Amino acid sequence: MRVAENLNRSLHTLFEDNPDLHLLGEDVVDPYGGAFKITRGLSTRFPDRVLATPLSEGGFVGVAAGLALAGVPAIAEIMFADFVTLAFDQIVNFASKSVSMYGRALPLPLLVRCPTGAGRGYGPTHSQSLQKHFIGVPGLSLYEISPFHDNLALLSGILAQAEPAVLFEDKILYTQPMFAGGRADELFSYDLPYPDPGTARVFLDDPDGADCVLIAPGGLAYRALRAMRALLLDDEISCLLLVPTRLHPFDLEPLMGQLKHARAIFVAEDSTAGGTWGAEIAHQVHQRMWGDLERPVTLIHSADSVIPAAAHLEQQVLVRDTTIHRTIAGVLGA
Amino acid sequence: MTTSVAEAAPARRLSALADEDLGLLLLIRHFELKLLDLFAEGGLSGTTHTCLGQEYVPVAVSPLLDLRDFVFSNHRGHGHYLARYRDPHGLLAEIMGRRGALCNGVGGSQHLLRDSYLSSGVQGQSLPVATGVALALKRSESGRLVCAYIGDGTWGEGAVYEALNMAALWCLPLVVVVEHNGIAQSTPTERQLAGTIADRARAFGIRHHRTESADVNEIRAQLSPLLECVRRDSTPLVVEFATHRLGAHSKGDDARPQHAIDEAREQDWYARYAAQSSVRFTRLDAEMRTHIDEVAAEVAARPPAAWERR
Repeated sequence: MRVAENLNRSLHTLFEDNPDLHLLGEDVVDPYGGAFKITRGLSTRFPDRVLATPLSEGGFVGVAAGLALAGVPAIAEIMFADFVTLAFDQIVNFASKSVSMYGRALPLPLLVRCPTGAGRGYGPTHSQSLQKHFIGVPGLSLYEISPFHDNLALLSGILAQAEPAVLFEDKILYTQPMFAGGRADELFSYDLPYPDPGTARVFLDDPDGADCVLIAPGGLAYRALRAMRALLLDDEISCLLLVPTRLHPFDLEPLMGQLKHARAIFVAEDSTAGGTWGAEIAHQVHQRMWGDLERPVTLIHSADSVIPAAAHLEQQVLVRDTTIHRTIAGVLGA
Repeated sequence: MTTSVAEAAPARRLSALADEDLGLLLLIRHFELKLLDLFAEGGLSGTTHTCLGQEYVPVAVSPLLDLRDFVFSNHRGHGHYLARYRDPHGLLAEIMGRRGALCNGVGGSQHLLRDSYLSSGVQGQSLPVATGVALALKRSESGRLVCAYIGDGTWGEGAVYEALNMAALWCLPLVVVVEHNGIAQSTPTERQLAGTIADRARAFGIRHHRTESADVNEIRAQLSPLLECVRRDSTPLVVEFATHRLGAHSKGDDARPQHAIDEAREQDWYARYAAQSSVRFTRLDAEMRTHIDEVAAEVAARPPAAWERR
């Protein structure tokens, strides 16, 4: 099953199970079913609760927050994550603050879904991964979908928190298969050994025997796997991959036992350079584990650049499997 | 053409008010004056935005609202809160950061939450949220409405138009009460608002009612049937009050020319009722001044507010 289908089925199940749940966004109703078809079929089955909105990201995220304020759980779909900047005030200054700024906990079951990422030639304003701009906002949690994590469990867990959250969904990942049964491919296995919200662990044979650890959100999972295969076959470097679903607040504690075995730790993401999620993770690792580390954490991210439209130019600035491969091989001296 | 409040006609005689209404007007007036005194004495920190001169707006509107209706207020919201809850202790404790504070001292003057009443300090932000609450109310409790107080300056924010568009498209029971005091912080309305608020509402097919009156009885008579329509038909409504901000935007930042301040004072309901020299006014005025003095003394003596962070 492709990731998009898993997400779509998860939304259907959520709407079946929760008679109050609403979803708002641009072009989300049938027959169009959303720009990436994630909401396909939903409005046909639940016409009163799936609302096609005007082109008003700030407005409809505010409406979703108002529903949540009134006790109605709401999902807002941003067509391209780039446009979530138009809703920044509602997310940062209203929803995230309201859960605590009135001096007591206020439930606000609001989830903002954001299709992210490049590689499709959509150009500078339809290709970004803006996760880093939402890091460190009190009261706001950030999540990312992955091919290792079933979206029904993920979405149910987020809505059960009854707090504002942003979910990032890589657009290329939509088209790729979900993993199942503990096998990522013929070389690598995976498991989900950590408590909720779970981090997936992908490894060759012995999780504790890997030369290095790569931490990457779900959008990079397939690129990371290709890099791990090349590292193994070309450079005889074994790499263990950790894929968290909750990007922020990030809980390092459950992963520390695993990280202690690593000769090197890498954090990869699609963000542009500067003020990145990886820098936040690296800071935590350095603070907690400095004495155990052979070297500082290495960050892998896109260039400090807009994302060009032309395919050959786009590839020059993005994180590719070869970027990950080259960086890890370089640090480990292969 | 922009309608300027400075062009308003000379103040007319105001009708006699019920004790409850006059007392509430005076409660809000003395509460706001007390805040300015407390600031001058160093008894308050931060900032505040008083509603001096505009007290009659929420006093007129509040009895037309049910406690199950949702109210959104703004940075200049003390009158909105006091008219709904008559709770000067909780509000002053919030502003002073004392025990018993409405929001444990976290929100302060501009960020209040009590049941179905919420205020926030970002202009225009409340209208999309109010639209969402109106959508929820329409589906769960027929006949309820959402009342959102905004100013004339708020109409510069794009969020206002996104919200009005959806409220009109989806036929939502949203009442936008505009306190058009002719000035946005320091900028006169004619320098920040093109066209009129009436025409902006009309562009969305939203009913608009403007009142120049400061007469609580007269305003209620005008608004009562309009709000009934909102409840019955589930349609949005914009009510525009041509009003007057007597004081500064916040504390001591009034850059208006003296004649503009004088014109606002000529329209002040307080001066007009005082000039009508009823014994009852003098008595209630003294009672409310004393009451607020007592509230302030009692709240100031309380220990600091405690907040358990999440």
